[in-house]
Amino acid sequence: MTIRHFGAAATLAAALAFAAPAQAVTEIQWWHAMTGGNNDIVNKLAEEFNASQGDYKVVPSFKGSYPDTMNAGIAAFRAGNAPHIIQVFEVGTATMMSATGAIKPVYQLMKDAGEPFDPKAYLPAITGYYSTSKGDMLSFPFNSSSMVMWINKDELKKAGVAEIPKTWPQVFDAAKKLKAAGHATCGFSNAWATWAHIEQFSAWHNVPIGTKANGLDGFDTVLQFNSPLHVKHLQNLIDLQKDKTYDYSGRANASEARFGSGECAIFLTSSGYYATAKGTAKFDFTSAPMPYYPDVQGAPQNSIIGGASLWVMGGKKPEEYKGVAKFFAFLSDTDRQAKLHQESGYLPITRAAYEKTKADGFYQKNPTLETPLKELTNKEPTENSRGLRFGNMVQMRDIWAEQIEAALAGQKSAQQALDDAVARGNATLRTFEKTAK
Amino acid sequence: MEKSAVFNNRLLPYLLLIPQLVITLVFFYWPASQAIWQSFLREDAFGLSSEFIGLENYAALFAQPEYYKAMLTTALFSSLVTVLSLSIALLLATQADKSLKAAPVYTTFMIWPYAVAPAVAGVLWIFMFHPSLGTLARPLRLMGFDWNPLLNGNHAMTLIIMAAVWKQIAYNFLFFVAGLQAIPKSVIEAGAIDGAGPMRRFWTIVFPLLSPTTFFLLVVNIVYVFFETFGIIDAVTGGGPAGATTTMVYKVYADGRLGGDLGGSAAQSVVLMAIVIGLTAIQFRYVERKVQY
Repeated sequence: MTIRHFGAAATLAAALAFAAPAQAVTEIQWWHAMTGGNNDIVNKLAEEFNASQGDYKVVPSFKGSYPDTMNAGIAAFRAGNAPHIIQVFEVGTATMMSATGAIKPVYQLMKDAGEPFDPKAYLPAITGYYSTSKGDMLSFPFNSSSMVMWINKDELKKAGVAEIPKTWPQVFDAAKKLKAAGHATCGFSNAWATWAHIEQFSAWHNVPIGTKANGLDGFDTVLQFNSPLHVKHLQNLIDLQKDKTYDYSGRANASEARFGSGECAIFLTSSGYYATAKGTAKFDFTSAPMPYYPDVQGAPQNSIIGGASLWVMGGKKPEEYKGVAKFFAFLSDTDRQAKLHQESGYLPITRAAYEKTKADGFYQKNPTLETPLKELTNKEPTENSRGLRFGNMVQMRDIWAEQIEAALAGQKSAQQALDDAVARGNATLRTFEKTAK
Repeated sequence: MEKSAVFNNRLLPYLLLIPQLVITLVFFYWPASQAIWQSFLREDAFGLSSEFIGLENYAALFAQPEYYKAMLTTALFSSLVTVLSLSIALLLATQADKSLKAAPVYTTFMIWPYAVAPAVAGVLWIFMFHPSLGTLARPLRLMGFDWNPLLNGNHAMTLIIMAAVWKQIAYNFLFFVAGLQAIPKSVIEAGAIDGAGPMRRFWTIVFPLLSPTTFFLLVVNIVYVFFETFGIIDAVTGGGPAGATTTMVYKVYADGRLGGDLGGSAAQSVVLMAIVIGLTAIQFRYVERKVQY
């Protein structure tokens, strides 16, 4: 661009700026951690909201990974320029809610702003994770998923497994058959080691991860996942790891490709893996509910969610809060939720959106998308399956995973590993409790 | 007429020093003092509450068996990386110092890895050595070697050592090449005339004359392994499996940024700072005596 052109453009831009109506548009900053297709969804939502009214303007900005976004929010708050809305992953919940004064609870925001808000309209399995024990919603669920078992139907057929396994013993059997049929390096596996074998496992079997309803009722919670059932499950994994009937795939989800490449024909990971599976898997696949031990009474219970929610930061002006409330009401709209769910694969957060999608016959064509919803709503959530809220949960997962790794590598017994995970986790919880007072 | 300029202004030298002093104060002493101050506090992540707790963070730190494990891991990791990256770089530099036609090309290629960011280097090594996705891990597994850095701590350690060494060789190589070129050819030729073979010439002439470079690199490399290998560890192993690759600097990050325990994390950085200052002091006090300038 030549200088002259640049000058002309600048003049034009200035003229346009002055020509714009002088009415004040309240800006609402929204920091998020969504990449790729999900980033587009975030931007589209903001655009639609901005076009739907003229008083508020939602400005989304991408801040990196989940921990990066959360740390950016915390640093911004310390520096006195926090955004209005920040997307925080589910394990950051305890840290956020303990920061009284730094955040504005959503139920209060909606009340203050006078926006219609019925907590009962939301799916309790989802909002329970982000609510107080009294049921007051603290943050607004945005993208939620749950853990499901992904099945490579072609390979199961080849290995002579007639039915999709439902229980853990059936999974072990199927894995042995798969291994015999050529899957030498992986009978079955999973991503998110602790989410699968401690968090979801406990909720699905209705056993506590910790006291005080897994920490939902107070920060003085004590971990309890070294029960005989947990030990038995880890022992099974240790035994199967020896000949790779089970093969550990790491703490996060980088190894999901082992399913897509066909190496592992049974793979537990997030229901959010759907879009990637659809894009990469060159075989007939489906998702099934997580397996359970049939000798545990009441199993399966219900699964818990993962994903992220939107937190509203404290210390902002009332008219800004009004805009945030309007935006949340906009997000809760049934048609919008149903569409968001069907396009992105995220779970719908309202009952109405779920019912609408069902009524549209969407799940008949896409049964994989209903599996996590069936898991979440399998039974009315109990103390053990409403969710979990442990301080320093991000690091806690690493602490737990370290012990699982030590056990699978044969350095420790299952009992010893879980005892150590509980002990070290409790020490971390006590440190957190001291700062969260 | 006087030949040297005389500045009568007593303030001038200080004025000239100020930019350097300001940079040192703002970027080194101020953050370091902040870390020391923070290590005596207990704070929540948002900074809403802050409490002076004296040495409690340090007491808690030294009561953790994991911390001693991280110290041992760091000792092993740093000595292996330093020794390997220095010796391999020296070997390669002596080869580049020979009068080859392709020497400049070879030298240029050798320097490239230094331009790669640690996190990128880490990802690169993951792609090669991830147990089921890695291009080099597959042949290893096919040959019957059960390569599994996801569960086997020794494999994970080997992997990050390889990545860290690979990354640092380029830097060391560059300095060694420069050091070798500065050694007068006449000295080596004199040795050759006296009948000393190549190995003998290297150990009795080249190596001692190269010692200032080697010493400088030793100090720089130790600082490198203690602090800058963080990106590689974070990308490749995340400190796992079972804490086998959690070095002290990785633990500072894990406890502070992931765990939100700023006080404990600050206490660890103070300890780390003390260790590195101590090591550097020892090097200057004892190792430098052997250096021939």
